[in-house]
Amino acid sequence: MSPAWIAVVAVGAGTFALKAVGPVGVSGRRLPGRLQSLLELIAPAILAALVVSETFGRGRGLALDARLLGVAFGLVAVALRAPLWAIVLAGACGTALARLVS
Amino acid sequence: LPAAAALGASFGVLARTAHLGALAAVVMSATTFAGSAQVAAVSVLGAGGGVAAAVGAALLLNARYAPIGISVAQSFRGRVVTRLAQAQLVVDESWALAGGGTARFDRRVMLGVGGTLWIGWVGGTALGALAGKAVGDPSSFGLDGAFAALFVALLVAQLSDRTRVTTAAAGAAIAALLIPFVPAGIPIIAASTAVLVGWRRGT
Repeated sequence: MSPAWIAVVAVGAGTFALKAVGPVGVSGRRLPGRLQSLLELIAPAILAALVVSETFGRGRGLALDARLLGVAFGLVAVALRAPLWAIVLAGACGTALARLVS
Repeated sequence: LPAAAALGASFGVLARTAHLGALAAVVMSATTFAGSAQVAAVSVLGAGGGVAAAVGAALLLNARYAPIGISVAQSFRGRVVTRLAQAQLVVDESWALAGGGTARFDRRVMLGVGGTLWIGWVGGTALGALAGKAVGDPSSFGLDGAFAALFVALLVAQLSDRTRVTTAAAGAAIAALLIPFVPAGIPIIAASTAVLVGWRRGT
């Protein structure tokens, strides 16, 4: 199996299990409050790291480039309470625009 | 539906640039059905990171589905197989639109929204993966910046209190410090330790 397929299968199986935990495993029970809050904090931590790596990461290094304008456009769309697809489109337009003029 | 299809198409194009075949991209959308984790895994692979790092980053991002699923567990009824299948339609959008987090979670709304999004997402991925070669260099369309903006939008939606803001700031700092020194994907996984910062603050 190629690395890509291994990733596809592993992520698929893992996500399947994570989604199933509640509806199949623990119906009626609750997690301890501390564990619950710990699990809920993972998403903001990981998403912030992804913002950094997708905006500034270039190979083994950090770079300021066209993606920064894309993120700025995206933030404007977020502030305007635009739907998700429009925010993503704004990100693409900002980045493409910056590449066009540079 | 069109919005999910458009995002799915972008994922399909991204998957091709990361040397994921069209079939692998569609299978991933159909089985994982969690856009942010899929983009994370494929970005790590595309940046030359290892499989373990890609899978680890994606599954950490999806760890939130455990508490989300538990919060709505009581509304799921029927046989285990039915519940197992229906649980896969829980995504952020279907959970929120069905009143997740409130006392009045409507499983039928969740299934309707989730099912519609699934069709759009998988169909869009197929379109993007198949048409990906024809559109030329995706970076000239700003595809990389589009995914950066996607993560910004998802992050902003998560910043509902100060503990979460602190945790996110710590996660961003960890990633920025590590990116120059370790292979792609590892900084994302390491950023999960930021939960300890927010957790101590919150308790």
